[in-house]
Amino acid sequence: MAQWIDACAKDDIDAEDVMRFDHGGKTYAIYRSPDDEFFATDGLCTHEKIHLAGGLVMDDIIECPKHNGRFNYKTGAAKGAPVCVNLATYPVRVQGERVLIEI
Amino acid sequence: MNNIVIVGAGEAGGRAAIALREGGYAGRLTLIGEENHAPYERPPLSKAAIVEPDEPRPTTISGGDRLGELNIERLAGVAVAAIERAERTVALADGRRLAYDALILATGARARRLNLPGGEHALALRSFEDAQRLRARIRAAERVIVIGGGFIGLELAAAARTLRREVTLLEADTRLLRRSTPEVLASALEARHVREGVAIAKGVRIERIASRGRGFVVHSSVGEREADLVVAGIGAEPRTELAAAAGLAVDNGIVVDSLLRTSDPHIQAVGDCANFPHPLYPGRRMRLEAWRHAFDSGVHAARTLLGAEGAYAAPPWFWSDQYDLTLQIVGLPEAGETIVARDLAGGATMLFHLDGDGRLVAAGGLGTIERIGKEVKLAERLIGRGARPAPSGLADASVNLKKLI
Repeated sequence: MAQWIDACAKDDIDAEDVMRFDHGGKTYAIYRSPDDEFFATDGLCTHEKIHLAGGLVMDDIIECPKHNGRFNYKTGAAKGAPVCVNLATYPVRVQGERVLIEI
Repeated sequence: MNNIVIVGAGEAGGRAAIALREGGYAGRLTLIGEENHAPYERPPLSKAAIVEPDEPRPTTISGGDRLGELNIERLAGVAVAAIERAERTVALADGRRLAYDALILATGARARRLNLPGGEHALALRSFEDAQRLRARIRAAERVIVIGGGFIGLELAAAARTLRREVTLLEADTRLLRRSTPEVLASALEARHVREGVAIAKGVRIERIASRGRGFVVHSSVGEREADLVVAGIGAEPRTELAAAAGLAVDNGIVVDSLLRTSDPHIQAVGDCANFPHPLYPGRRMRLEAWRHAFDSGVHAARTLLGAEGAYAAPPWFWSDQYDLTLQIVGLPEAGETIVARDLAGGATMLFHLDGDGRLVAAGGLGTIERIGKEVKLAERLIGRGARPAPSGLADASVNLKKLI
């Protein structure tokens, strides 16, 4: 059953950046957008299973550090080759200074 | 334009075909390849295909049967015999002829062979079948000699060490990776190989390779050395024969302009076989053997055919994976005059290359992908914009490179 998990503090992530969060044997990526909203996706690129948290966030896009696979981290949509499989996304809620994700 | 033919079904040719369809081209589209595979990614061949426990399979570009879905006619296992420019036809080795309105040459490169007595004993790596053979032979061997300290040689050495084979690497030059990689990063990679147990000898002249028993003896300026397997990674040569025979300009690759057009306006060349100018580096021509260039130039040629007018301007970019390290280089280090180093956490390093005007022309990172990936991507954006970032900011790892854009 889905549950809300405390992933990190708001201040753990800079604006327009990403961090890795591991829970229950799975890895996730938590994003803070340039306008200070938070988002969460699966942590690994769908192309070669690389941690997206090492990648670059520009506006709504996370770019995988390995190749140039890009995803919209708000929707999980793959934004063109070499990635063609979308990322799973997860609901996020901010409670006080904490960021929670529903998994 | 209703009839486009692409010769060469690797990354570049495959990407060109996909980009043509995705860009709205609805005419006839034929992709001709000598290999009996759909276009596949070559980077895993020197890495995962050797070390992963499961038997490898070709990693088809774009996954699944994207080419079939896009109604791209694929002729596999067929060689092209000639380009008949006056008739605008391509003659296949089996006698068939295909007419074209536009032709894209993506003929790639071939692995250079050792030109010395017994050179045929050394296995090379280019195709999926080469990788399958190497995988089996490395696994059956105890002692492996790798000739050549370029990327393929180093990646295969790392793969063989990962499988706990005894590995000796012989390099002709006095340093590794001279053509592509700044000395600081090449030395750091070399040190890692030595720590992993690879015996490295540089400045070595190979004389001959003889078979002995079920193995081989490599005779060189550092004496005789026995091995069960000899591998050569001594570079690649562009496949320009078709273009040259058709009278196209060829000079270290098929000569193209900034729109990737050859000396015949109906013919473009992309990927490893193309020799092109670059707007970020005026006055130079380059030929790149890199996955990203194959990808980008294939797409660019397609868009040009569909009416786009921009010059091909993607910064050169390549990577290598060895052990848990990734090396990424973006731009053209040789265009720089000064180097600024930035030390990252976890022993990772970034180098920034500035030209005489302070413009960032290249950057390289060595470390785990988590440490360097973001930095190299930001450097790529700075390079693409012709930025002149302050060296003090580049050197200070606490300064976010994003702030310098």
